[in-house]
Amino acid sequence: MTLQAWFALLVAFALAAWAVGALRRRTARHEGGRRFFRHPTAAWGIGVLAFFVIVAVAAPLVTSYDPWEQPDIIHLKNKPPSWTFILGTDVYSRDLWSRVAFGARTSLLVGGLGMLVAVTLGTLVGAVAGYYRRWVDAVLMRGVDVGLALPRIFVLLLAIALFGRLPLPVFVLVIGFTSWFGTSRLVRAEVLSVRERDFVAAARAMGAGPGGVIFRHVLPNAAAPIIVSAALGIGNVLLLEAALSFLGMGVAPPKPSWGNIIADGAPYLATAPWTSLFPGLAIALVVMALNAVGDALREALDPRQEAM
Amino acid sequence: MTAPLLDVQDLVKHYPGRPPVRAVDGVSLTIAPGQTLGLVGESGSGKSTVGRTILRLQEPTAGRVVFDGEDVFALGTAPLRALRRRMQIVFQDPYSSLNPRMTVGRTLREPLEIHRLAPPAQMEARVTALLDEVGLDPAFAGRYPHELSGGQRQRVGIARALSVEPRFIVCDEPVSALDVSVQAQVLNLLADLQQKRSLTYLFIAHDLAVVRHIADQVAVMYLGRIVERAPAAVIYAAPRHPYTRALLSAVPEPNPRAARARIVLSGDIPSPAHPPAGCPFHPRCPHPKKNDRCRTEAPALRATSDSPAHLAACHFAEEPM
Amino acid sequence: MTEPLLRVRDLKTYFVTEQGRGTARAVDGVSFELYPGETLGIVGESGCGKTVTSLSILRLIPEPPGHIRPGSVIEFEGRNLLTLAPAELRAIRGNQIAMVFQEPMTSLNPVFTVGDQIAEAAIIHQGLSRKAARARAIEMLTLVGFPDPAERVDDYPHQLSGGMRQRVMIAMALVCHPKVLIADEPTTALDVTIQAQILELLDRLQAELGMAVLLITHDLGVVAGQADRVVVMYAGQVVETASTTGLFDGPLHPYTEGLMAAVPRIDAPKSRLQAIPGQVPAATAWPSGCRFHPRCPHAWTKCTIEEPPLLGLGDGDHTARCWLVQEPGRRKPKT
Repeated sequence: MTLQAWFALLVAFALAAWAVGALRRRTARHEGGRRFFRHPTAAWGIGVLAFFVIVAVAAPLVTSYDPWEQPDIIHLKNKPPSWTFILGTDVYSRDLWSRVAFGARTSLLVGGLGMLVAVTLGTLVGAVAGYYRRWVDAVLMRGVDVGLALPRIFVLLLAIALFGRLPLPVFVLVIGFTSWFGTSRLVRAEVLSVRERDFVAAARAMGAGPGGVIFRHVLPNAAAPIIVSAALGIGNVLLLEAALSFLGMGVAPPKPSWGNIIADGAPYLATAPWTSLFPGLAIALVVMALNAVGDALREALDPRQEAM
Repeated sequence: MTAPLLDVQDLVKHYPGRPPVRAVDGVSLTIAPGQTLGLVGESGSGKSTVGRTILRLQEPTAGRVVFDGEDVFALGTAPLRALRRRMQIVFQDPYSSLNPRMTVGRTLREPLEIHRLAPPAQMEARVTALLDEVGLDPAFAGRYPHELSGGQRQRVGIARALSVEPRFIVCDEPVSALDVSVQAQVLNLLADLQQKRSLTYLFIAHDLAVVRHIADQVAVMYLGRIVERAPAAVIYAAPRHPYTRALLSAVPEPNPRAARARIVLSGDIPSPAHPPAGCPFHPRCPHPKKNDRCRTEAPALRATSDSPAHLAACHFAEEPM
Repeated sequence: MTEPLLRVRDLKTYFVTEQGRGTARAVDGVSFELYPGETLGIVGESGCGKTVTSLSILRLIPEPPGHIRPGSVIEFEGRNLLTLAPAELRAIRGNQIAMVFQEPMTSLNPVFTVGDQIAEAAIIHQGLSRKAARARAIEMLTLVGFPDPAERVDDYPHQLSGGMRQRVMIAMALVCHPKVLIADEPTTALDVTIQAQILELLDRLQAELGMAVLLITHDLGVVAGQADRVVVMYAGQVVETASTTGLFDGPLHPYTEGLMAAVPRIDAPKSRLQAIPGQVPAATAWPSGCRFHPRCPHAWTKCTIEEPPLLGLGDGDHTARCWLVQEPGRRKPKT
């Protein structure tokens, strides 16, 4: 790898570490912020996530080869890690590190956007069900039950079978539409409890309409499960995308995504394990980091500890 | 005689269930303008439910509420919203009555915005005026509820109720969660505001002593019904219903020398899901004349011999205990 | 002159707060004595330190963030509880000194029957067999006035009302016939008529069992009806002690006076209450000098600088932490 790429990588590490420190300082005055950082894994999680985001954003800077570049398909294929190719090369002699770095863009983007769609839908449905209760609640929750019972992978495979390989935006939407059910249950539970609090009654007594009550009063106080859902949700979507891309149904090569990089390397697991190992490691690290952050967030946002 | 500002007729609120919870089981009361009716009761009496149902924060099962000539339960969405300006509520728990995510200023601006009571340029001035009226410094507008003490939060709750310039306020145990010294401050504030703004109060409480200091009329509730109602001075001096007498004698008096003939009731307060047949109080009633009639026939709330304004729901209201 | 059963001398319990807001000196030099057979009432509003005091006696304060300062003395029958080994302390807790808490809802374990919970103390301290402990539990339920104790002994807490649960708590506390019962706001969470039942029960039990009761409450009415002597607390300190009749006949400290004037009474006509201006200061920043001076109508310069000790009128019984005891002429007339 070139010297400037090394340098950029070092800067990426430093920036990630700095980001953790800055976040810690900024939230030090906040009770929840302090509770968050009480977990040692929380800081690591933020650091890992920051690192991958920085790498994804600055992918051209931290790599010295393009992800689709095939310098020497005969002599440089499936080469183990070396100083030139720090994570080795794949079967097409592409630099694995740059594929992983650019793959981060796709995977994280799909993860983030997919989660956004899922969480938005889940929150809306959960809030409406929890606020209105009675038949609205019953109908919506039976729908959620059905949704939860559906095996997601098969729904997605069905969609792909019907419509062929999906363009990326549609892919994200389909993932989002099949991942919101759990969130809606959590949000509904929180809304059920928040709506009983006096300040909600006060808002109604004031003459606020249901929209105002839900968006100004109920949801901001039901934020905890939503935020935690979001953190964990990215991980779920990431894994889902990886699985689908691995099956050849997700992101189309040569555009790299961590899933299809693993797929490319699968036939060579015995002879060139690093080609599947490193993207797999990346997925594992990000999902673990998200789980750590999600857990710490859950405790930090615990309303029982807030009401002192 | 002036028409009452609030006229509640046979209000009933049952919560669904097997068996249904009969929270309010036929309550009628009137409040004249500028007066305070103290509604007193223990747990399960239904007093809070009465307050919230009058305001239509909960839909009633039956009954009629006429406020300032309007039938509250018959109103559509828009007229109901307009009515909300005239009937307000102050809650008991200072820790849950304010949205923890909104500053005090934002909380007070919301009703002004909903009813368009001030142009945006004047909002800040209005908020400051409201805070001033309840004895809080204008700096409080930027604070969050968790930075305030219980008494201060309660004042904000009162300011919020006042912001829409109501004529009638339901005070749902507004001082029960406060310390004695703060309680006195807030009670005085409520009394002052009543004078200044010609307010009418429905003051709900479990503490008979507190009600003494603010109520003109007192109604005592037990298991969803009113068991006695009279002008305040009368009910404290000469209660007629055995429950009222027991309640009064149970209040611990800050006087060690007071000879206490404490009437101690036996047993627990029944659940409103299983009210006793006949008179709801009969299983615990210490009246010497209690008989089978009490077990089978629920007594009506009717005037006693000393005054048409003094009502009691007891077969033996006229007999001494 | 009998020896006190419980003697608390200069108790200081401090809490470390986060974020460098300083130390919260919740209990800051509290002293009092409890004699056999009497009821001592500790009266104060929230933030005065009365609950922390009661928890300190049985060393139930969580060690970080709280700690009892060295120099504090808590003597039970002459033994300093603060220096006892854990095993010895456990032998006293629940056995010789028992405690009843405010919230019966959360103080009872929801997954055990009430019989089991009462029996536990008997098994631990008196080494009874399970059968004997169960019989004892039924005995205790009878003692605290439970209807059908033989059947109710297998009830779970959620099947009982608030008043019943409080009776269970009292039964648990009394099963080993303790010499001292600490009751921390035992009736605050209960309805008035149920409160009357529980207070009457405590009266009867104290007469039957001859124990001393430390009654902690914010309700002056409860204190007037139950206590023989009273300690008034404010801002982590004792500000007045006296016999109950002495206190109500003539309170010496302006805070006590203020409290009595602020309490609503059913025998008074509809009138304005005398409120105490201002609010209770934070435990991290007690005012200088006399801690009540910012809210006191009589305060003068000395009060802002010098903290008064407990001063008496000479008869030793009635003391107040106020300079007015020495300089009654400074008392401002009622407006």
